[in-house]
Amino acid sequence: MYTLVLSILHRASGLYLSVCGFLFVGWLFAAALGPGAYAYATAFFSSLALRIVLALALAAFWYHFFAGIRHLAWDAGYGFEKRTARLSGGLMLACAAAAFAATLIFTPAGRFVAGLS
Amino acid sequence: MSARPGAGSRHWRNQRLTSIALIPLSLWFLVALLRQPSLEHAVVAGWFGKPLQSLLATLLGAVLLWHSMQGIQVVLEDYVRGKALGRLLLLVRIAHLAAALALGYAVWILASGGAA
Repeated sequence: MYTLVLSILHRASGLYLSVCGFLFVGWLFAAALGPGAYAYATAFFSSLALRIVLALALAAFWYHFFAGIRHLAWDAGYGFEKRTARLSGGLMLACAAAAFAATLIFTPAGRFVAGLS
Repeated sequence: MSARPGAGSRHWRNQRLTSIALIPLSLWFLVALLRQPSLEHAVVAGWFGKPLQSLLATLLGAVLLWHSMQGIQVVLEDYVRGKALGRLLLLVRIAHLAAALALGYAVWILASGGAA
């Protein structure tokens, strides 16, 4: 995978996670307001559109997580060689995809987002 | 972009610091949240109501919002020029500050037993 594309994806996923962070604060705020407000929040997040947003957020998290570790390794001076960079890019994508699938299929909240439960 | 000498490298270093801190914090939180048997109000309120959880969640929220602010700033500085940059950065800072206050308030309420 080309380093340029992955680097832009790191920024895009980061920005997307920032936006989703505000959604998360809203969710927690609703929980603090009490069961009534929380019920509204649950209904909101249960819609198909929001479940797609949440699934994308989960994918973005895992991508940003592993890509971020790769960037930190670069900052520390490791893995700059072209062949190594290509290899770590593929490895990072595989880790992100596996973690995304695992959290989506094997956790209760993931299954809710995926519509499996 | 700040004119103060060293501001750029300090920003760069701080961004690495929040990145490293977020590796364990975000992993812990996401896995803990996803593993909850359900996300009913009682479960969520009870989980955030525990001392360690509320403390770590507050820490995570603060570092996460700082990291978010740092990331957005770097992106904006690359694509926006002139006066618009300063205005956008101010807007983003206000939004993050508001989110931090809301998050702090929410965790405080949940940790002290909830509004119910």
